[in-house]
Amino acid sequence: MGSFGKKVAKFWEMFYEHNGYTRVVTGLKNTLIIAVLGLFIGIIIGTVIAVVEVFPKRKRLPRILHGFCTFYVGLFRGTPIVVQLLVAYYVVLPLLGMNWPALNVCVLVFGLNSGAYVSEIMRSGILSVDPGQMEAGRALGLSYSVTMMKIVVPQAVKNILPTLGNELIALVKETSVVSFVGAADLYVAFNYIGTNSYEFMVPYLAMALIYVVVVMIIAFLVKIMERSLRKSDRSH
Amino acid sequence: MIEVIDLKKNFGDLEVLKGITTTINAGEKVAIIGPSGSGKSTFLRCLNLMEEPTSGSIIFEGVDIAGMNVNINIHRRKMGMVFQHFNLFNNKTVIDNIMLAPVHIKIQELRVKKVKNFFIKIGNLFRKNKKELYKIDTTPARIKQEARENALRLLKRIGLEDKANVYPSTLSGGQKQRIAIIRALAMNPKVMLFDEPTSALDPEMVGEVLDLIKQLASEGMTMVIVTHEMGFAREVATRILFMDEGRIVEENTPENLFSNPQNPRTREFLSKVL
Ligand SMILES: Nc1ncnc2c1ncn2[C@@H]1O[C@H](COP(=O)(O)OP(=O)(O)O)[C@@H](O)[C@H]1O
Ligand SMILES: [Mg+2]
Repeated sequence: MGSFGKKVAKFWEMFYEHNGYTRVVTGLKNTLIIAVLGLFIGIIIGTVIAVVEVFPKRKRLPRILHGFCTFYVGLFRGTPIVVQLLVAYYVVLPLLGMNWPALNVCVLVFGLNSGAYVSEIMRSGILSVDPGQMEAGRALGLSYSVTMMKIVVPQAVKNILPTLGNELIALVKETSVVSFVGAADLYVAFNYIGTNSYEFMVPYLAMALIYVVVVMIIAFLVKIMERSLRKSDRSH
Repeated sequence: MIEVIDLKKNFGDLEVLKGITTTINAGEKVAIIGPSGSGKSTFLRCLNLMEEPTSGSIIFEGVDIAGMNVNINIHRRKMGMVFQHFNLFNNKTVIDNIMLAPVHIKIQELRVKKVKNFFIKIGNLFRKNKKELYKIDTTPARIKQEARENALRLLKRIGLEDKANVYPSTLSGGQKQRIAIIRALAMNPKVMLFDEPTSALDPEMVGEVLDLIKQLASEGMTMVIVTHEMGFAREVATRILFMDEGRIVEENTPENLFSNPQNPRTREFLSKVL
């Protein structure tokens, strides 16, 4: 136990007195930015894909769009996110002649990736809404897309809120690979502390703790949101 | 008002409507009766194209709405529809249920006018004879205010103004259905289509819904009602269509049809339900 105490002291020296905590704060901030903005982009992309997928496929255009969406989802679900990050950062952007900061690339890739997953979640959410809701909107003379966006999708989102919360948690955990393209996340911060104090046990333990706490907070927030949304259909 | 000519509808290989021809005139109250599965709902839903007819014409105010190249949304706004399961929007309060479509549609129309005016103004810079602008005599805020007042007036009419701000899930079936009816009325429809409006209700709530429909009937609303309430059909309808196996087997005034059915299938059906 005495040696553990020494390790903690070393960690604290690097963390507090040598301002390691500023890196941790930056890392945590980046992790949350990537996960939250990524999910936000993912929800937008996922909703568009889901709406295309449930659209009646009688005409040509919906069929073409549907084919494109299937390809997109297959692509992003079929490859590891690290590979997507590396390809985006070292292949696609240079080819396009663009020089983006690593953080922006991460937000974009996490958004595109999560769009593929959210589309599946959203699709099942849309299918779980009573078809009578769409019929009522159409019967009042509202268009398919207006009814979808004003009536069906909000109810679908409510149905899938816990699953979206899980998706956010998954994203938070997956951000631990963004250092592959040089973005500064929690791993980078604690690795820095470990390297400079020649001691890795306590830094990585602290990192694990932070992940656990963040995940628990998100789970708690989702629960609160769920409860307030349920007010609108208490008797169901 | 609605002229149906040789309407046919298939679901895959299943021929559900086998050629229906009839005319619904302004002010008429047409009740559709018949055994379950005879195509009553499908026929009603074809009238506002909730189902796409396989062939035939549906001429509403001089336009064949079953044809290609019609914007069906515009025609549906003039046809109110009431469903067996109410279908109130679960994510909207009662008053928002009523206001949603009128507000959305009027604001959309306003936007279209503004965009058109913009282009007319640009065109006018180069025109000798200036083109006239569309008159814009309202604002989105005013549209919402008017829709709200209208919704409250309708709610007051059915005695549910205190329910304006609650969600549908807190209402009884009878209340839901009456709100679904005034939601359709808020669009000022020319005709109302009812698909078994009381079949999903507990018996003690059937009366309040039928009373409201009777009121509308007495105010001259044109309506088509699929119903199993024979007493109601007899009292309210000006004409009854008896459907069986995708055809109108017999149609007549309620007195004649109930007291003197001509077709054996009508007789058999009536003997079961009366
Ligand atoms: N969307 C659909 N797809 C396939 N078959 C359908 C569909 N809607 C109705 N049907 C079939 O069409 C027939 C007529 O149905 P319906 O019009 O609902 O009858 P009714 O309202 O007189 O009871 C039934 O056999 C029913 O199973
Ligand atoms: Mg039916």
